[in-house]
Amino acid sequence: MATINVTHAVARDLKAAARPARRASFGRRLRRNATGYLFLLGAVICFALFSWYPMIREVIMSFQVTNFAGATRWVGLRNYQHIMSDPDFWSAWRTTGLFTLFALVFGYAVPFFTAIVLNELRHARSYFRLLVYLPVMMPPVAAAFLWRWFYSPDDSGLFNGVLHLLHLPTVQWLQSSHTLAVLCLVLFSTWINMGGTVLVYLAALQGIPGEIYEAAEIDGAGLWRRIWHVTVPQTRLILSLMLMLQIVGTMQVFTEPYVITGASNDTTSVVYLIYQYAFNFNNYGSASALGCMLLLVLVGFAGGYLWLSSRAGEE
Amino acid sequence: MAAAHEPRTRTLVSQVQLDRPVGRTVYWTVFWTLMVLFAAVFLFPLYWMASGGLKSSQEIIRTPPTVVPHQVHLSNYVAAWNDADLGRLILNTVMYALGALAFQLVFDVAAAYAFSKLRPVFGNAVLFAMLASLMIPTTVIALPTYLTANSLPFVHWSLLNTPWAIWLPSVASAFNIFLLKRFFDSIPTELLAAAAVDGAGPLRTLWSIVLPISRPILGVVSIFAVVGVWKDFLWPLLVLTDTSVQSVNVGLNQLSVGIPQNVLIAALAIACVPTIVFFLIFQRNIMAGLTAGSMKG
Repeated sequence: MATINVTHAVARDLKAAARPARRASFGRRLRRNATGYLFLLGAVICFALFSWYPMIREVIMSFQVTNFAGATRWVGLRNYQHIMSDPDFWSAWRTTGLFTLFALVFGYAVPFFTAIVLNELRHARSYFRLLVYLPVMMPPVAAAFLWRWFYSPDDSGLFNGVLHLLHLPTVQWLQSSHTLAVLCLVLFSTWINMGGTVLVYLAALQGIPGEIYEAAEIDGAGLWRRIWHVTVPQTRLILSLMLMLQIVGTMQVFTEPYVITGASNDTTSVVYLIYQYAFNFNNYGSASALGCMLLLVLVGFAGGYLWLSSRAGEE
Repeated sequence: MAAAHEPRTRTLVSQVQLDRPVGRTVYWTVFWTLMVLFAAVFLFPLYWMASGGLKSSQEIIRTPPTVVPHQVHLSNYVAAWNDADLGRLILNTVMYALGALAFQLVFDVAAAYAFSKLRPVFGNAVLFAMLASLMIPTTVIALPTYLTANSLPFVHWSLLNTPWAIWLPSVASAFNIFLLKRFFDSIPTELLAAAAVDGAGPLRTLWSIVLPISRPILGVVSIFAVVGVWKDFLWPLLVLTDTSVQSVNVGLNQLSVGIPQNVLIAALAIACVPTIVFFLIFQRNIMAGLTAGSMKG
């Protein structure tokens, strides 16, 4: 949505900018441009250093091998071949894919339904908003350590303590299976991140005109049909935007596996593997190649979203 | 946000339905279930953390865990504060957050103002290049960004372990520039033209006319800036390797090895205090800014 609005804004700006420029004298135009670029200078330098240049450098480095004598060699696609023969590569993609999938079930559906229910409440609304947003404000590493403790394999952890209290068998949360470990990370991730999403959905829900619900009810639509035929279509734009943001966000998961599971149980994510290639093995070529791959996937998602939403906008 | 105030527009369930006896029973059941559920899910973990930090090293590994500490050991908090040097970590993070805020306010506001009102040639191309970076997450290009920060092009200065490594990259926030530019676009050009007739230069116009009108959006951008620095982990993990300059997230990660469990929990609890206090003070602005920012995006 952002970029679509931006393209419209840019087109409008171009038209507007064309007008005064024709009339103004050369000197005045020069001065205006000089002032304009002076105002842009700080931001442009920061973007160039920390966004544009690294971007290009990542692509270049993915085709190179660097050793610490400072010599670099072009190796073509060898970095890509190398990482694809690494079992960790496939494991990292599997973990990241599984994380994204679970996050869609929990991190995407749970906040939406929470927001729908909260929007129906007539009392203590600020209590719910405050509580759901509280974890968002915790330093993520502190929260992750807290949850690692909750997931303790022995009965001293909160979750096993509760199971113990209910006389249920305890669970090796992070240590037993890969799927369960990833699920545990997603639960934590949902807990710490859902506040923001819930508030965004709440704002979107408040924008739905009451008459539509009224009309649906008169036509005999029950609760579920009203959700499906009114609430969902009315919040379609924000739902699809959040879907895209969520997929792109969860594909970059790093803190959760890094802090909570470490490298155990194969829960290394793609970004974590990039980090390991770069900073544990000093293999910048492999790290850059993997970075480029992830980048292609993410840009693919974002581009596909933009394409779909601009098509929907034209209809 | 106006919709949050009375009179409420009709939502999914009509008021008539809620006023019926059945509706009322269901409503209050759901309401109280949610009250308890939210407290259990979002508040109880915080209680568990704060009380865990008070337990002795034997009690914290007891099975099953105790809900209320048998003996209160405030010494854990003292140990966490002293040994982990939490005061320094928090102070460092405050400095990084405020510095990033200042740099973003100066450079991003100036850039957005140039894009919106001064409109130099190729300004739109530059804006487009900045917005394109929204597609490229910083985590993915962390390595080349790190290498650049380690040795800046041409001058070969290293920003590692200096505040600049946090401050300068934070300026490269296309989202902030986009939000600010959108807001500046809504300021009527006549207003600025009037200022120009009165002899105000671009800087004077920005300072005396644009900025006072833009207070709401500046608030939003400021909160994004502060919270962004406070929550970031991967980037400070790379560039702040010296113990003395680390941020809260990196410092906690480092001290987690070789520290007793109960002291670590106490440290986590202390580390959460500043942001939660910040949140309680600014909750209205934070929540309004969050929704305003995303709806406009």
